[in-house]
Amino acid sequence: MDAFNQLMNGFAIALTPVNLMWCLVGTTLGTAIGVLPGLGPALTIALLLPITFKVDPTAAFILFAGIYYGAMYGGSTTSILLNTPGESASIVTSMEGNKMARNGRAGAALATAAIGSFVAGTLGTLGLTFLAPVVVEWALKFGPADYFSLMILAFVTVSAVLGSSAVRGLMALFFGIWLGLIGIDLQTGQARFTFGLTELLDGINVIVVAVGLFAVGETLYMASRAHTGQDEITPLKGSLMMTKTEWKRSIGPWLRGTLFGFPIGAMPAGGAEIPTFLSYYTEKKLTKYPEEFGTVGAIEGVAGPEAANNASAAGVLVPMLTLGLPTSATSAIMLSAFQSYGINPGPLLLTSQANLVWGLIASLFIGNVMLLVLNLPLIGLWVKMLRIPAPQLYAGILVFATIGTYGITQSPIDLLMLYLIGGVGYFMRRYDFPTAPVIIGMILGPLAEQNFRQAMTISAGDYTVFFTRPLSLTILILAALALTGPKLYALATRRA
Amino acid sequence: MIDRRSFALGAAALGVAPLIPGVAQAQAIDMLKIFCPAAPGGGWDQTSRTIEQVLRATNLIKAAQVTNVPGAGGAVGLPQFLNNWKGQPNSIMVAGMVMVGSLLANKSPLRISQTIPVAGLTGEFEAIVVPAESRFKTLKDFADALKADPSKVPVAGGSAGGTDHILLGMIAKEVGVAPSKASYVAFAGGGPALAALLGNQVAAGISGYGEFSEQVKAGKLRLLAISADKRQAGIDAPTMKEAGINIELFNWRGVFAPPGVSAGDLNAMIDLMKKMTATKEWAEACAQRDWTQITTFGDDYKKFVDSENTRIEAILKDLGLA
Repeated sequence: MDAFNQLMNGFAIALTPVNLMWCLVGTTLGTAIGVLPGLGPALTIALLLPITFKVDPTAAFILFAGIYYGAMYGGSTTSILLNTPGESASIVTSMEGNKMARNGRAGAALATAAIGSFVAGTLGTLGLTFLAPVVVEWALKFGPADYFSLMILAFVTVSAVLGSSAVRGLMALFFGIWLGLIGIDLQTGQARFTFGLTELLDGINVIVVAVGLFAVGETLYMASRAHTGQDEITPLKGSLMMTKTEWKRSIGPWLRGTLFGFPIGAMPAGGAEIPTFLSYYTEKKLTKYPEEFGTVGAIEGVAGPEAANNASAAGVLVPMLTLGLPTSATSAIMLSAFQSYGINPGPLLLTSQANLVWGLIASLFIGNVMLLVLNLPLIGLWVKMLRIPAPQLYAGILVFATIGTYGITQSPIDLLMLYLIGGVGYFMRRYDFPTAPVIIGMILGPLAEQNFRQAMTISAGDYTVFFTRPLSLTILILAALALTGPKLYALATRRA
Repeated sequence: MIDRRSFALGAAALGVAPLIPGVAQAQAIDMLKIFCPAAPGGGWDQTSRTIEQVLRATNLIKAAQVTNVPGAGGAVGLPQFLNNWKGQPNSIMVAGMVMVGSLLANKSPLRISQTIPVAGLTGEFEAIVVPAESRFKTLKDFADALKADPSKVPVAGGSAGGTDHILLGMIAKEVGVAPSKASYVAFAGGGPALAALLGNQVAAGISGYGEFSEQVKAGKLRLLAISADKRQAGIDAPTMKEAGINIELFNWRGVFAPPGVSAGDLNAMIDLMKKMTATKEWAEACAQRDWTQITTFGDDYKKFVDSENTRIEAILKDLGLA
């Protein structure tokens, strides 16, 4: 058990008072920035890079990792309470989470998110400790063709959020794909749908669209119906914490979410969003309470995606620590911090900087516990926020959404975009179009397109590549089963 | 607009300083404003922060303020720098070759030559690597395969029209293949491109040497050649010229003053950069980050920027991107 001994050594490093303090500072700061829409862990760590000239590397990385994990926890809070996702990985959380909050179960939603994050974070970190070399080898086998098939599988998940009308849902999906295509095309360097505006060259930030559609659109809709007196928010119904049934209903989604999040997070082009989509889809299919999805809010739809997003955070650290491979904006910034210490992150990092790496991993375990301790008592406080009368609460959401959006790039164009999208969101809500497919289309569309074209360039235009690669074929078969399986099953059982 | 401080600096730059007692102490700039047309963390941002640290550590300035305006390889930031920063003293923009290419590829009406080039500072040479299992042992093997059928040799790198793509275009042209026929697989940055190489998904990869160095040391990638002008200490690979392909390419970075600054301000900035590049702190920072020092100032730098503009425009046209 070499890894185990190393880990114990890591705990010895992480448990010094100074490093514990950095861990606490990082997790607290991370929770705070996770709560704010716009301010993400990548930007925060970039702003804190100068600290690397004052403190030793282990302390700095414990701080940075705390921020990263903390942001993943904090992102769920505003999603659930205000329908305003703090980062793109918690967009799915807002779908069921906010419905629960409106129906008096905000406490349970926040608790299952926090505990699920803890469970997934801890399991993910265990995976990072003991499985990293295996996982990374497997993750690197994924080429563009396989990623394209994975995107196809993820597109199947859209069916879970289409709503009552497939036509409306698909229109929303294609609107999202179109939004995602705006900007410079990676494969040719040419601008698409930018209408000559330089501000659109880098595309539209998915957070701006999510906050616009969910928070601003929702607020406009509420304001327009204020006189009808409907859509009251129930601040609290039943107990603040989770009930026994809610515990039972959460455990499965936590574990399945982890199984989606960790390996996909470890894939170089996996990311944190796709596992949350897959987890949501799975939970909606497996639940015993399908009637709660999209109506009063199902706890499985919060527990699964939240676990998936935290497990993916641990997954992202796998290629970073074993290969020096940055696969997300946050890990790229963390790697540039390694460089300012003169440490070259690469495949030799684990051996050349063993104390640093194992201290960091140990601090992830400690940080997870800290985050749980930090977040659970806060739930009571957060829930009180829902007692604010609706006009003030929604005014607050607008202010919050505006500040957060401006914080992303300090660009007035983004604000304009936020309110334009907010207007679109209002009309979608008014005429019963689901908004979630917009976000899914916006994230998946460009990924699917780029991976498809990369695969085509590599195969010199041979389409059979999607069926001849074993990984790709397997995923495509899974996607086909997910689409047709339930119908075939229903058909088969009817005959029997 | 010449205030007293910048006059004193200008005077110092012109060699008048020894005549005015006390100027040597008074010449530190209170606040240097650095415009970085890229997000925190990238190459221009690192250059901006390094300039700030070195200048402050050596007491050449008292404080600095970095403004990041990210987007489209600098194409979003440049108009702001040209308009809002016009004529401001003690202000510089950090930019480089990527901006030249990005403006051309985006068909922007703006050119980097609308600013005033102050000093060329650093460059990173590119490296061409193959997975350890690859059948290509030398650059010649790669070039021969490219010549035989470019569609069979997919090469990974950063976004289309960037430095990596430009280098592939140059290599293709040099071996007699139409650059637009080269099979270039653009990835969103060095990390994903590196992953494709380590997973043996592509035939070869092109990026800044620093992106690959650790993987090369660990034996996971084989370095075929580098695009530097001469052999580099500690790097066991030939230059492209030595390997028979007559190309030299640096992803260079430097600083620019906004249009409309006075001659005094400009000279003060040039002088500040001369002093900075002569410090040992600067040399150490460059060595730590694998930056080659390419130091040119004023008119020489302007000539260099203009010639790069011409060269890059030609290759982007060949690639069908400009």
